Amino acid sequence: MAEKFAVTRLPGFTAIAVVAFIALYAPILTLVAYSFNISESAGTWAGFTLDWYRLAFQNDEVKNAALNSLIVAAFAALISTTVATLAALGTTRRAAFRGQTTIYAVINQPLMVPEIVTAVALLIFFSSVKLATGYTGLGYLILAHAAFCIPFAYLPIRARLEGMDLTLETAASDLYASPWQTFRHVTLPLLMPGVLAGAMLAFVTSLDDVVITEFIKSPGQDTLPTYMLGQLRRQMKPDVNALSALLLAVTLLLLAGVYLLTRKRAD
Amino acid sequence: MADVTIEARNTIKAFGQGAQAVRALDDVSIQINRGEFFTLLGPSGCGKTTLLRLIAGFEMPTSGQILLDGADITDLPPNRRPVNTVFQSYALFPHLTVAENVGFGLTMQGRPKAEVAATVAHMLALVKLEAMANRKTSQLSGGQQQRVALARALAPKPKVLLLDEPLSALDLKLRKEMQVELKRLQTETGITFVFVTHDQEEALTMSDRIGVMSAGKLQQVGSPKDIYTRPVNRFVAGFIGETNFLPATGGAGGAKLGCGAVIDGVAANGAVTLTIRPEQVRLTAAAEPGAIPATVTLLVYFGTDTHLHLALPDGASIVARVQSPATGEAGLAQGQQVGLRFAPGAVQVLED
Repeated sequence: MAEKFAVTRLPGFTAIAVVAFIALYAPILTLVAYSFNISESAGTWAGFTLDWYRLAFQNDEVKNAALNSLIVAAFAALISTTVATLAALGTTRRAAFRGQTTIYAVINQPLMVPEIVTAVALLIFFSSVKLATGYTGLGYLILAHAAFCIPFAYLPIRARLEGMDLTLETAASDLYASPWQTFRHVTLPLLMPGVLAGAMLAFVTSLDDVVITEFIKSPGQDTLPTYMLGQLRRQMKPDVNALSALLLAVTLLLLAGVYLLTRKRAD
Repeated sequence: MADVTIEARNTIKAFGQGAQAVRALDDVSIQINRGEFFTLLGPSGCGKTTLLRLIAGFEMPTSGQILLDGADITDLPPNRRPVNTVFQSYALFPHLTVAENVGFGLTMQGRPKAEVAATVAHMLALVKLEAMANRKTSQLSGGQQQRVALARALAPKPKVLLLDEPLSALDLKLRKEMQVELKRLQTETGITFVFVTHDQEEALTMSDRIGVMSAGKLQQVGSPKDIYTRPVNRFVAGFIGETNFLPATGGAGGAKLGCGAVIDGVAANGAVTLTIRPEQVRLTAAAEPGAIPATVTLLVYFGTDTHLHLALPDGASIVARVQSPATGEAGLAQGQQVGLRFAPGAVQVLED
């Protein structure tokens, strides 16, 4: 009997997998380990401490940057998820139409276009807006983040919609539900896991963005990643390690949430 | 126009554009009476489901009208038609409980909570699922899901209930039970049922009237007995039950078969096709005067019945169905010479 091809049975599969996992995760684990290191210089382990975390929490600049990060990420996730939900409904809940591929490409362009290009373009655009209006708040960052987060929110929502039985919406309309009631009582509840997964991915993507933020942030404004980048330019201090470890923890928590929401039900 | 509930007038439904357009429904007109169990029967692709979807409002006809109690509802969206559907896939809402599913239509209509609760309880009792009210639909068996789908569609008391091959996913035993159940629900509620199926036995046992469809056209409408005993054309005769087709030439004394035998009392002119059901073919002794001589070519045992494949002198073949004898041999064997008689009035002349 012919056996099915399985990549896991190829020679060397385990070895390559182990090497890949070490390459991916060893630096991250090292960073987390050194965030608990008493010694200030990387490379020598002098004992366990939580001082760097305490230091980071006592630092007003850090608090300010973290607050900015959370505000920008929350609003960017909200806006991009709303737009992505509408886009997903518009591209799946109808017959195939001319130009559909172009629409997909336009929605997903932030994944393809080099981030630096988007950053420079936004810089030029927002500079003129700043000049004209005088407004220098977080609005620019929120809008910019919302824009590049759309594809991250769009993909899980579209996947969820494509797996959803259209007959359910037909059945709702048959049972006297208006188009809005159908959306509110059938489509949206069934879509919710996809929407939440999309929002979390958008949130995480916004939270760790450096390039675009660095280009368009107003003077004196910082998010957590750009603050850390600034610290590195001056002097390498383990409190940056501590902050990185915290960001990693938040990201892992959210990704675990995405996993729990999108995995297939076992029943 | 005594008591017509739902009516389709000259409905045409074309899919596709221009020269490639396919007519799923080709000028169909039909009247379905109040309180009747009406079945649309036909092979897949005959347009029966399309007609159902037009009545429900899921599709718009290319031309023609749909009328409910004499009022034109052609342009009304499905949520504004007092017509409910039981879907082939059931289409139960997976995020709602059984009770919430059954109450969905009433809730959407904005009925008071107490009324919704009372109707849901009544409907669940009607389909014998009281104990399942708070379950999720994924925890139910196929037969139970079927009952929930029925209760959900009946709860808003529609004027017409549409059923799109609702039994096709059930196994044979459950299907038989549900056939009885459906008939009971229809009698108890008095609601007009329009039932779509490709299963001719299901259609014959359940319906007050049947509309046989093929290639987008309505071939014949009538009671199960009408359809079975007096099919109007070759398609209907062949689709409903088993039958024999015999080419014949009509004349003054009756129709003359290829083998020369003349069937009396059959009014036909020119070349026609006669049809006779296997159970209406009687066997006699070979020598009996007036009987058509035939040779047994094959015996097929079916339990209660035995099918005899017979060859007429000109080579034409015909099947006769006889009751299997209580014990042992029927006294018949392959190659044996017998005589055939057709039950009076059982031979039909087909248009085509």
